Amino acid sequence: MTTNEELEGLLEEIIQYYGYDFTGYSRASLMRRVNAFYVKERCNSFADLRQRVLENQAFFIHFVEEVTVNVTEMFRDPGFYNTLRTEIVPVLATYPFIRIWHAGCSTGEEVYSMAILLKEAGLLHKAILYATDLNQKVLEKAKAGIFPMSQMRQNSENYIKAGGRHEFSSYYTANYNFARFDKALSDKMVFSTHNLVSDSSFNEFQLILCRNVLIYFDKDLQARVLQLFDKSLDSLGFLALGSKESLKFSAIAPYYSQIANKEKIWRKKR
Amino acid sequence: MEKETMTSPEKLIVIGGSSGSLEVLMNLLPLLGKRLPVPVIIVLHRNNQSDNGLVELFASKTKLTVKEADEKDILVPGTVYIAAPDYHLLIEQDKTLSLDASAKVNFSRPSIDVTFSSAADVFGKGLTAILLSGANADGADAMIYVKECGGKLIVQDPDEALVGYMPRQAIEQNDVDMILGVVEIAEWINTEFRD
Ligand SMILES: C[S@@+](CC[C@H](N)C(=O)[O-])C[C@H]1O[C@@H](n2cnc3c(N)ncnc32)[C@H](O)[C@@H]1O
Repeated sequence: MTTNEELEGLLEEIIQYYGYDFTGYSRASLMRRVNAFYVKERCNSFADLRQRVLENQAFFIHFVEEVTVNVTEMFRDPGFYNTLRTEIVPVLATYPFIRIWHAGCSTGEEVYSMAILLKEAGLLHKAILYATDLNQKVLEKAKAGIFPMSQMRQNSENYIKAGGRHEFSSYYTANYNFARFDKALSDKMVFSTHNLVSDSSFNEFQLILCRNVLIYFDKDLQARVLQLFDKSLDSLGFLALGSKESLKFSAIAPYYSQIANKEKIWRKKR
Repeated sequence: MEKETMTSPEKLIVIGGSSGSLEVLMNLLPLLGKRLPVPVIIVLHRNNQSDNGLVELFASKTKLTVKEADEKDILVPGTVYIAAPDYHLLIEQDKTLSLDASAKVNFSRPSIDVTFSSAADVFGKGLTAILLSGANADGADAMIYVKECGGKLIVQDPDEALVGYMPRQAIEQNDVDMILGVVEIAEWINTEFRD
């Protein structure tokens, strides 16, 4: 198994070689995933793993994909989406043009869920959804809008629990083992790589979703990323986090108030 | 920093359980001394719908502080942390907690294997891993690692357990230190960890 020193050394070298900085990530999860990667790739030793990661860019990209957590689903935490639908979307409706940022969108399930909410509210035509992630591979999947059929049962259950009243299957065409989502949804999405560690603010939004990303960051990195979101939010904009994430210890907390029903959504006070 | 290392706990108890363990824990918690000088983590398999109020339920059974494990929580002696549903629970070198929503392990999230190994990494011989009743082999794999790191293994007596499969797996696969009934587990904890 990898030692702490080996992992620290590798993280430093990755910064030098590739400019990706993972030193602000929680170590326990990172270590667990590096060890799993080590086994999966049949590395002979840590030196072997290190060499392959540093000498082969394609292998490095694969490494990044494997050591970050990409698990996601549509309408994940249905209660959260129900609140988006009933409390947040009506506010968004009052804007002439809606800009939303999904930071750390993974394979895009969250973005398609949002697009469905907007479509059902008759707002999709005046919305644009920026979907970013540091991992190019997940973005390609998101952009394609093709998801395994095997996940549709769960997605559809979530959709119904989130208050969806249409036929969920009307949003995709089933194609053998895959579900191809309606192009009308993805037409409103812009996909791009963006690294929350090193890239800066690129627009102002009325809603930013960054769910299940911050739990993998240490306190300092969390604080920095929250500052970035603060800078990227319009006045009275909304910030939505994952079900175990919060603004509690953050320097921006005083400028935000959590919505009344205690879902993890905060509104900028001005 | 200096001060933190002095006050941060050297020892940790992690209790893992699956079906049937809820009752065991309800019996175990009241028996624990109220000034337990060690933090306790409980990883319990459950289906995420029916578990609201688990923290309150446990809290009603003990004088110890009981809370759901939150990311960045600092492990404090005498506090019982309940792993949150649908997240793996990990322990950082600085003895804070972190959560991880990656794929299930042994069909489980939280997985006992995940928390046992992470705790062994950080606490080494200061770790006591206790496996209770269950119908899943989760926990058995990491027990080998706990042992390698110098930790102690206690398994609930399979004959007493409601579902003996899990402890039996663990006993077959590992060199466990003790096989005990619930009352003995509590007694052992109270004697081993004294103020
Ligand atoms: C668990 S997924 C969350 C997906 C979705 N938001 C959800 O809640 O279901 C976490 C995503 O964060 C991305 N991520 C990790 N570090 C990042 C960083 N520094 N910048 C941008 N994205 C990052 C990962 O690549 C991964 O796709």
